[in-house]
Amino acid sequence: MSGYQGKKNIPRITSDRLLIKGAKIVNDDQSFHADIYMEDGVIKQIGENLIVPGGVKTIDAHGRMLIPGGIDVHTRFQMPDRGMTAADDFYQGTRAALAGGTTMIIDHVVPEPGVSLIAAFNQWREWADHKSCCDYSLHVDITEWHKGMQEELEALVKDHGVNSFLVYLAYKDIFQLNDSQMYEVFSVIRDLGAIAQVHAENGDIIAEEQKRILGLGITGPEGHVLSRPEEVEAEAVNRAVTVANQTNCPLYITKVMSKSAADVIAQARKKGTVVYGEPISASLGTDGTHYWSKNWAKAAAYITSPPLSPDPTTPDYLNSLLACGDLQVTGSAHCTFSTSQRAVGKDNFTLIPEGTNGTEERMSIIWDKCVVTGKMDENQFVAVTSTNAAKIFNLYPRKGRIAVGSDADLVLWDPDTTKIISAKSHHLAVEYNIFEGVEVRGAPLVVISQGKIVLEDANLHTTEGSGRYISRKPFPDYVYKRIKARSRLAELRGVPRGLYDGPVCEVTVTPKVMTPVTSSKTSPVKHTPQPVRNLHQSGFSLSGAQIDDNIPRRTTQRIVAPPGGRANITSLG
Amino acid sequence: MSYQGKKNIPKITSERLLIKGGRIVNDDQSFFADIYMEDGVIKQIGDNLIVPGGVKTIEADGKMVIPGGIDIHTHLQMPFRGMNTVDDFSQGTKAALAGGTTMIVDHVIPEPGSSLLEAFERWREWADEKVCCDYSLHVDITHWSDGIKQEVLSLIKEKGVNSFQVYMAYKDLYQMSNSELYEIFTFLGEHGGIAQVHAENGEIIAEEQNRMLEMGITGPEGHVLSRPEELEAEAVFRAVTIASQTNCPLYVTRVMSKSAADIISQARKKGNVVFGEPITASLGTDGTHYWSKNWAKAASFVTSPPLSPDPTTPDYLSTLLASGDLSVVGSAHCTFSVAQKAIGKDDFTQIPEGVNGAEERMSIIWDKAVVTGKMDENMFVAVTSTNAAKILNLYPRKGRIAVGSDSDLVIWDTDAVRTITAKTHHSAAEYNVFEGMELRGAPMLVVCQGKVVLEDGKLNATAGTGRFIPCSPYPDFAYKRVKARKQLAVLKAVPRGMYDGPVSEFSPMSRGGTPSASTRTSPSKTPARNLHQSGFTLSGPEEAPIRPAGRRIVVPPGGRSNITSLS
Repeated sequence: MSGYQGKKNIPRITSDRLLIKGAKIVNDDQSFHADIYMEDGVIKQIGENLIVPGGVKTIDAHGRMLIPGGIDVHTRFQMPDRGMTAADDFYQGTRAALAGGTTMIIDHVVPEPGVSLIAAFNQWREWADHKSCCDYSLHVDITEWHKGMQEELEALVKDHGVNSFLVYLAYKDIFQLNDSQMYEVFSVIRDLGAIAQVHAENGDIIAEEQKRILGLGITGPEGHVLSRPEEVEAEAVNRAVTVANQTNCPLYITKVMSKSAADVIAQARKKGTVVYGEPISASLGTDGTHYWSKNWAKAAAYITSPPLSPDPTTPDYLNSLLACGDLQVTGSAHCTFSTSQRAVGKDNFTLIPEGTNGTEERMSIIWDKCVVTGKMDENQFVAVTSTNAAKIFNLYPRKGRIAVGSDADLVLWDPDTTKIISAKSHHLAVEYNIFEGVEVRGAPLVVISQGKIVLEDANLHTTEGSGRYISRKPFPDYVYKRIKARSRLAELRGVPRGLYDGPVCEVTVTPKVMTPVTSSKTSPVKHTPQPVRNLHQSGFSLSGAQIDDNIPRRTTQRIVAPPGGRANITSLG
Repeated sequence: MSYQGKKNIPKITSERLLIKGGRIVNDDQSFFADIYMEDGVIKQIGDNLIVPGGVKTIEADGKMVIPGGIDIHTHLQMPFRGMNTVDDFSQGTKAALAGGTTMIVDHVIPEPGSSLLEAFERWREWADEKVCCDYSLHVDITHWSDGIKQEVLSLIKEKGVNSFQVYMAYKDLYQMSNSELYEIFTFLGEHGGIAQVHAENGEIIAEEQNRMLEMGITGPEGHVLSRPEELEAEAVFRAVTIASQTNCPLYVTRVMSKSAADIISQARKKGNVVFGEPITASLGTDGTHYWSKNWAKAASFVTSPPLSPDPTTPDYLSTLLASGDLSVVGSAHCTFSVAQKAIGKDDFTQIPEGVNGAEERMSIIWDKAVVTGKMDENMFVAVTSTNAAKILNLYPRKGRIAVGSDSDLVIWDTDAVRTITAKTHHSAAEYNVFEGMELRGAPMLVVCQGKVVLEDGKLNATAGTGRFIPCSPYPDFAYKRVKARKQLAVLKAVPRGMYDGPVSEFSPMSRGGTPSASTRTSPSKTPARNLHQSGFTLSGPEEAPIRPAGRRIVVPPGGRSNITSLS
């Protein structure tokens, strides 16, 4: 298909100039036919009859779709877990991603509690810089919270290009934060202009359920899903939404695995909350019935948290919400362990390392489940696989769009290819693939990363360590325009009253009402008096200091003087 | 009123009473009949009753005769930081009777760390001495331990308490953690109790209170600003989740906001056994008064969860009450004088919490829900009396006009109009949160334990005449469903061979879901899972056919496979 066959002696990998002719360019807003010329990893020209240097490598697209390379917003390559390491490292993982049409990943830094966030971040940078085959960025997980961490967050945002942090509401006694800590973390994150990500499951209830299930003699992988029912996921999502509203902090729910959790997000969005939901390849492509497989190793391969729902109608439901915009981005949550690693939990499901594959299959699964079925069009497909992620994490339009000046991360997408997913042919290091035997339509034909062809004719040409770290600035417009507007308007004021001069009862010393004392870890927020309240959904009126402040408005929550002016403070009636 | 000549017999000692020509209104139907009662019990209902001569007779003239109201939530004589609420059991029950309520259920609030049983006995003592009508008690669980568990058990088995309240607010005081809620709900679910929750997220409230005080907001408006309704809704959602998980019937006290009520409606639609209790104040007024320039007035509205500043809330809650999404109405009557409220004059977090409502409860519901056509008179009886009796397992002794039921009756005058004011109310508080409100519908005559206690606008109640009514566990109204689910919720492991493949080395430091739990281990033995709403299939003990679509744990097709083979 490519012209200039005679030039094939020039190694592709060093080719810095590339022309794609006759493509149907698909962005999230429109599709159009044009040629694209790129140089040094950046798109230089888009149009017809482009004037390009002679001898440039040319690909003829024959009218096929050219889409922005996928962005996998959630991976956990090479993740350490109790002395083990996830089977797919940054090399293997990014290769698999590229093979599936994903040209950028965002991995999670998971600091051991007690370890500095910055030290952990640097560790991950080192691992990824050596091995990553595509561009990458990093989320940082906050696995504990105390004074002093605020400075670390600030340094990560200002000096290291991190604008998203994940907190865990599950994993009791390890990573789990309580509601007060969540409130404090969200307040800090909002002040820094970052995004609060949440692993949403109620860890307290899970711990109780795990005891109960083990007590019943259930030790196999089915115990994992039985101890983590989807209500527990929905509950945590609801709580995170509440705290995010309270602190006026943008919220991002990772791994939306169940209908009820997705419903809570959809409702919150209707009420105006700034919240994003991320279903993953696994929740869109398969379900939790496999936990009951008699083959222990197979059942264990599906272990992830929140678990896959045993309700087999879940994937279809989540795909529908993704198509209608109630869920916005897709990740893979790719975190693979070999069978012998999983077997650490062979007698106790709570010890099984968690995570499923999905970085390679992500784009094809969405195409097959959503576009082929008519739930979404090609433009929405680009939005949920790439553009929305770029917008939320402030990479747009460098990533997530085909435009002059954008990075040359492109995929020539073939909607007609059909393939059967199998562990025998996947690019992963693990023995099981949770999508084993699933036939999907739609696959990448050519993948271009940083202006270089990395997939062509089903052959991968990746270079270990060629991926760059992409730093992300705080205050992404897509998220913070609304947050900023609400912050400005959410000013609360007390009612001006005279001093109460009536009798006061004697009180015994024991403070009995709700104490305003906080936890020993006091809020690290510098208590910026900047008020933070989600005004969009409550009945609050938005008040600056305004001329009409003295006009009472009984129907809103504005704090005003009552009609009739100042009353005698102790009068009855 | 015939037999005027008998008026020299003191009414209070009259043990026999005939009500003629009334329209009896129960929660299911209304019909015309006479009622004859003796020794505080209804003996006959019908036409042309044969009754002893000389019995006191009341002519109802076709007016409605309804079961006396049950106020399922009061805090009379509640101790608070060395003082007491101004309405004691005598004053409070008089106010209740004046409003048509013939039974109250008060909350026992033990100091954290103290014995539930001792607190219960203390409340019994206070109440027995002073109550003018029958009463029962809820016990609030303000801390949790194995010892408390035993106390709860003996309260259920020996003391006639079947409902226990836990707090999700009041951080560092009453507040329970999620794990504790799970354990308490599990325990109550096993022993036939009803779990009541005060639903507000105390952690976030504490943060918000700090923020308000730092901003210099110290007045009563800070109370509602630091407790937005989302925090109430969040806690209701969490309580519903835990109750569903533990298969325990849930009762949410004081539903004050639209969003909290919505969560309850949704949960009921999903099949959860959950009851919502709006209170007189949330049905009758709103939270705009927190901004009153009169500090004392603003402070009199302080209660938790707070009244919603959204003035459309009362109407919304009345509608949900009429549709059955909310089940019962209490008053949460807990009154403090202005001087007592003034403890918090410089800091809203110190203001004692509580509003009046025992006297106004029935009239407010009649005016807001029946006069407006939202509900009929039968539903009115259901939400003011019958449903409460069913939840407390007192039905049909209370909550119904039937032969054998207690003769707690009210002749209801639908045409009466009165204006609520602190000048005329029977409470000792200086403020009434319904001040100036004009209400249609009022009791014309109230019969309590077979005695006329309100007639011609005069109250003839006697302190100490009320009896403690024990409530037995496992009320059918809640537990029929819970029991059925319990029987079906058998979880079984998948029978597999031993995994015999290689196992990786790993360091003992655990990550991932830890099984290590709190020191207090779960008391749960039987599986308790809400099957109604989840995708669970219900499996009995026998091996069942394959259903990969449900959550049933079954043998996979093809029988037992090699445990380590790659498929």
